Amino acid sequence: MSSKANQYPWWKNLLVIGIPLIAALYAAPNLYPSDPSVQVSSSRVALGEAERKQVEQILKLKGLTHDQVEQEGEESLLIRFPDPEEQLKAADALRGALSDRFSVALHLAPATPGWLESLNAHPMNLGLDLRGGVHFLLEVDLDASIGKAYARHATDVRTLLREEEIRYRGVRVHGEEVHILARDEETLEQIEEVVKDNYFGTFDVTAGETEGQPTVIMRLTSTAHSDIRRNAISQNLITLRKRVNELGVAEPVIQQQGRTRIAVQLPGVQDTARAKEILGATATLEFRLVDEQSDPYLAAETGKVPLADELYYERDGNPVLLKRRVMLTGEHIIDASSGFDERGLPAVHITLDSDGARQFAKVTGENVKRLMGVVFIEQRSDTVVADGETRRITRETREVINVARIQEQLSKRFQITGLDTSREARNLALLLRAGALATPMYIVEERTVGPSLGQQNIELGALSVLIGFLLVMVFMALYYRLFGLVADLALIANLVLIVAAMSMIPGATLTLPGIAGIVLTVGMAVDANVLIFERIREELDNGNSPQASIQAGYSKALSTIADANITTLIAAIVLFAFGTGPIKGFAVTLSIGIVASMFTAIMGTRAIINRIYGTRRSPTLAV
Amino acid sequence: MRLLPRKLALDFMGRARHAMVLSGGLLVLSIGSLLFQGLNLGVDFEGGTLIEVGYPAPVELDEIRGQLEAAGFDRAVVQHFGSAQDVLVRIKPDDRPQSELSNQVLETLRGESQELQLRRVEYVGPQVGEELRDDGGLAMLYALGLILIYVALRFEYRFSFGAVIALIHDVILTIGFFSLTQIEFDLTVLAAILAVIGYSLNDTIVVFDRIRENFRALRRQSSTEVLNVSINQTLSRTLMTSLTTLLVLFALFFFGGEVIHAFSIALIVGVIIGTYSSIYVAGSSLLVLGVSGQDLDTTPTEDADARP
Repeated sequence: MSSKANQYPWWKNLLVIGIPLIAALYAAPNLYPSDPSVQVSSSRVALGEAERKQVEQILKLKGLTHDQVEQEGEESLLIRFPDPEEQLKAADALRGALSDRFSVALHLAPATPGWLESLNAHPMNLGLDLRGGVHFLLEVDLDASIGKAYARHATDVRTLLREEEIRYRGVRVHGEEVHILARDEETLEQIEEVVKDNYFGTFDVTAGETEGQPTVIMRLTSTAHSDIRRNAISQNLITLRKRVNELGVAEPVIQQQGRTRIAVQLPGVQDTARAKEILGATATLEFRLVDEQSDPYLAAETGKVPLADELYYERDGNPVLLKRRVMLTGEHIIDASSGFDERGLPAVHITLDSDGARQFAKVTGENVKRLMGVVFIEQRSDTVVADGETRRITRETREVINVARIQEQLSKRFQITGLDTSREARNLALLLRAGALATPMYIVEERTVGPSLGQQNIELGALSVLIGFLLVMVFMALYYRLFGLVADLALIANLVLIVAAMSMIPGATLTLPGIAGIVLTVGMAVDANVLIFERIREELDNGNSPQASIQAGYSKALSTIADANITTLIAAIVLFAFGTGPIKGFAVTLSIGIVASMFTAIMGTRAIINRIYGTRRSPTLAV
Repeated sequence: MRLLPRKLALDFMGRARHAMVLSGGLLVLSIGSLLFQGLNLGVDFEGGTLIEVGYPAPVELDEIRGQLEAAGFDRAVVQHFGSAQDVLVRIKPDDRPQSELSNQVLETLRGESQELQLRRVEYVGPQVGEELRDDGGLAMLYALGLILIYVALRFEYRFSFGAVIALIHDVILTIGFFSLTQIEFDLTVLAAILAVIGYSLNDTIVVFDRIRENFRALRRQSSTEVLNVSINQTLSRTLMTSLTTLLVLFALFFFGGEVIHAFSIALIVGVIIGTYSSIYVAGSSLLVLGVSGQDLDTTPTEDADARP
């Protein structure tokens, strides 16, 4: 080998300088501590100047100091406070005054300076184990919802046969089948025909025998089956979102996990008992006529409600007067799905059971051309502290989710039209199903981390990263002298890259095991440099020239480094695929660290070593 | 500064027999302990409820046990966690409504001391625990399988068996350590063991890489000699990297807090075992499997050409 100069092309040098600099920029927001703040938001109406003034007035009244009220999108306002104490006082005051209309949530708002924010630089997401909060995993009881569907249809079949005046011996649910026991072969055929007509698409109907008796057997079709499952999950997701909104949590996460589970993450929530109660609330529906003679706005203003009426509010906050008499309750709804009407406009199709259909046909027949409202009722038990005593109370919230005109007499199948968008139709169908066909859920996993432990985890994690980092840096500098110092620079760049990547990747979350992953990466990132430097020493020992030794050290170590890192990466990826929550965080930081170290430890150090020694004819290497 | 003298010629393969006896003994001990004593599985894998609370002043555990027993939690395990002010309560799954348990325990303990701070609750339903256990086992198998394939592609199948033998050795000894000491085995420990798989393999690969290189360079020498030379050449790197990794792991162990104690212990033990195994076990298993220079010459690798 010749002892030619070791020089990098200009573009490699540019990368080595440029990438860490850009990374440093995007890692920077993590240096600014976040502000204790309160978020006032609504999922329904836009918040504007009026609400901002109201908030400012409330805070002024209480004598609380705060920063300017910031508008965050259309639906929320953010108010920052100098310390958590002011924040808590303010949240209490705002909840007292606004909680019937808006959700008031405690929040830690990032204090990223404007110029960084304009570059789209944000601080890292912190996991619940670092910021405190609750994680629930809820199992949706799909078997129960399938079972309920069978039970509901069995009742429906009985009514149907009575109406058709067909005599039968009995209807029963047998596992995942509805059995209709016929009196004889003749009625068997009749039953089969009627049932087939009425349940086309929902049930596979066959005539046969059970226990020696002629029986019509009904089984849910596979599409109906999977519809029930899918709906059960999506309606539970929507009710959970709705309830979490009421809990007043900033940045909640509610998502399906696996086929039958829903994960709920509530940062900052401490009162898990209350959270559990709210998540476990049950919902029902009522159809009622609208009182079109009286003025609901007047009633809302004066509080004088006509005797036969009750005052309700729609989702957008408009008052409605509904008759006290209930036309129909939600348990008669068999299905609600969104779609389109004959004119191709968004609509919600509703199917009632036979009993409900009869009731409904009667009242709607008497009230054609009048307005009808759908009320969504949520009942939940809650704990309250009154006079120093904890009591359990049941609370109810009622809300009108739709008002529509009855166009004709309605019966078993009808549709609600006049919806603006198909999104609105989907939402309404989901709410209708949520109220009528709630699928039971139960908690199968809970992980709560208190705020003090979260804070402690951050501090201890940061401390151990710092100490581990310093130890390795000192050790490397002592052992490999100048080359060690260069490796130390690479290590710093590596850490900056990890933090920047964690801040930039959407959805990446730093957890305590994630911090451990960073610590481990710090230890392992120097491995590449150890390999290279040991190789250079060997080459020097073998009598090669310094330039040739640098050249050989880097090139010979390269494939070893690649092999070694790829295998670690395999382990990390498997960990990511199988791990849950915090463990995934470990896999993520470990993977990012490994990839980043390939860049910093190989290219980064080489660029610097080239700068120092590259042009000299025969330098003495401090390795 | 150097850890080792410049020209090192330790006879590692000559001691292969001793190493095998040592490894064999440790394996028997680990497997025996796993069979007879099992692991002290944490809430993650066994299901149950774990509650960590912080008191404003040091508390006596007996007092807390009394409170819990009076409230019907007679099988609760109560221990200090990190300090005398921190208390950990563990309740195994039973027929009570489980998701409410943590709130009941908290209420019971709050009874007298309103100053009590909730630090952590972990409730894992029995079914979820079982799934986590299955997933954990699967994850380890997949990791080993994928690594087997990768090493077989990059080297030769015997190398890949050698690497996996070393890995299984490390995993069993690390898990065995947890069985022997009865330190709680939870999700973080499992993550640590997967990281150990990655780390130990990293070490083994470096040695193997050198063995492959030397088989090509030193054609006249016996396999044993080649292995010895290779291990000697990579020894200072192996020790250096283990040392830097151990440095940060000890930082994590001493300063990282109670929650990741078991995690750092698993990694420390794993790294030490992994270092030993990449020196003794991986090499010896290659000898036992009968790797020689000819095997490598017949397997074309792009590697030899790619090097300048």
